[in-house]
Amino acid sequence: MMQSAAPHLRPRHDVPRLMRSVLLALIPGTLAMVWLFGWGVLLNILLCGATALATEALMLRLRGRPIAPALGDHSALLAALLLALCLPPLLPWWMPVLGTFFALALGKHLYGGLGFNPFNPAMLGYVFLLVSFPGSMVLWPSPDLAPPGLLQTLAVGSGMTAFDMVSGATPLDGLKTALAAGQPVAAQRNGFGPFSLHQEPDWLLINALFLLGGLYLLRHRMVAWQIPLGVLLGLGLPAFAAWLIAPDQFADPLFHLFAGGAMLGAFFVATDPVSASTTPLGRLYYGLGIGILVWVIRSWGGYPEGVAFAVLLMNLAAPLLDRLCRPRIAGQG
Amino acid sequence: MSELALILLGTALVNNFVLVKFLGLCPFMGVSRKLETAVGMGLATTFVLTLSAVLSYLVNSWLLEPFGLAYLRTIAFILVIAAVVQFTELVIHRASPLLHQVLGLFLPLITTNCAVLGVALLNVQQIHGLLQSAFYGFGAALGFSLVLVLFASLRERLAVAEVPQPFQGAAIALITAGLMSLAFMGFTGLARL
Repeated sequence: MMQSAAPHLRPRHDVPRLMRSVLLALIPGTLAMVWLFGWGVLLNILLCGATALATEALMLRLRGRPIAPALGDHSALLAALLLALCLPPLLPWWMPVLGTFFALALGKHLYGGLGFNPFNPAMLGYVFLLVSFPGSMVLWPSPDLAPPGLLQTLAVGSGMTAFDMVSGATPLDGLKTALAAGQPVAAQRNGFGPFSLHQEPDWLLINALFLLGGLYLLRHRMVAWQIPLGVLLGLGLPAFAAWLIAPDQFADPLFHLFAGGAMLGAFFVATDPVSASTTPLGRLYYGLGIGILVWVIRSWGGYPEGVAFAVLLMNLAAPLLDRLCRPRIAGQG
Repeated sequence: MSELALILLGTALVNNFVLVKFLGLCPFMGVSRKLETAVGMGLATTFVLTLSAVLSYLVNSWLLEPFGLAYLRTIAFILVIAAVVQFTELVIHRASPLLHQVLGLFLPLITTNCAVLGVALLNVQQIHGLLQSAFYGFGAALGFSLVLVLFASLRERLAVAEVPQPFQGAAIALITAGLMSLAFMGFTGLARL
């Protein structure tokens, strides 16, 4: 038995506890997605979770590492859940499986497992699927229709029938298409309450619940506050400036903050302690970079949503940011 | 003006020479083990790329085309590039012997960096003017240097990761480059000319 020197204090956050709390904080938003989009979300979560555990066990076995402790730290499950929440709810079963396998085998274990992966595995899996199957990955159920039932979900999931009858564009997608067609923002579909002219209540609710979960994590200091703050500022400020200058061509900042994966990305994806920046100032720049890139990709890019790309791009820049923002050691330099 | 800015943005990020066009992979893999050498290589390549883009444009439009020698284009461009590289080597040797020692073999190898020749040839293919050629070369070099520096800082971190035996070294570097390329697909569609 390993016996370390005193003081024998229990660390406030070890990995399994941290991962459990993050999983817990994701529950409200996840339940809302299941309620709004139907069984498909649950099916994705099950498929991704099972694949994640199997991949993790397989890779650990191939690497000759003990399997039980790594499976018990829930990190693979968290990556799987984050990936599943990004996926549209009606996909053939092999897509979530493929994405999860890619995420954990290539994105995590080839780099040496938990703690060494330079990229966020969940976002790698998502981008891999988005780039490979762009047609299926942008099909979300239309919010005007009731979510598909269990049988229909299973039929699509098993690959027996294609899913094309009840799909609609997400608000971000719709905005982009309408702007490309020359319609000013204000003329587009009426939205919800005080928020904005074209906010879908569905996405507003989902994002609000993820914000709630994120605030819980912040309250218990599970995540570095600089990162979500940076993301929200980086996304909100340019959006606000552009909206003031040309309200006809740019969506307002509240729309951006509560659309797509903004809150999920800001609080749960960008804050992954392994692939994010680790210095205090570096974290702020890292978050700002993600926010700005999300806004740029949403406003001008070829893809309707940019959270996954923005996170990967800033993962790429994180080592350099850390080097540039390394705190000065007292008495040196 | 905005066209030049778009050329700069387009070549640096959207159509990044390394991660999207897959040109210049040899120095990308070879000189990315340490951040300092990567910065030096980035600066040297930026200098060579911009200068050779301009010079090869001049050679093409003043010598090759008026005399009907377009079939000599590739050889002529290689000659121009080699001359620019020699010039750069002289300058670096005098200005910073340390950097010259660090870059060592890689400096003459800029001659065979396919991104340099690629820029010169693409400038002709896309019928760029003098200023456009210069910006195209400069943008390509900026993108190359950016990616090289990011990759180098990432590889310094990879050097201490517990990468499984069969994937250590070049294998994990190539996988990382592939994943970087995946991330750069996010810039798709940003700068449309």
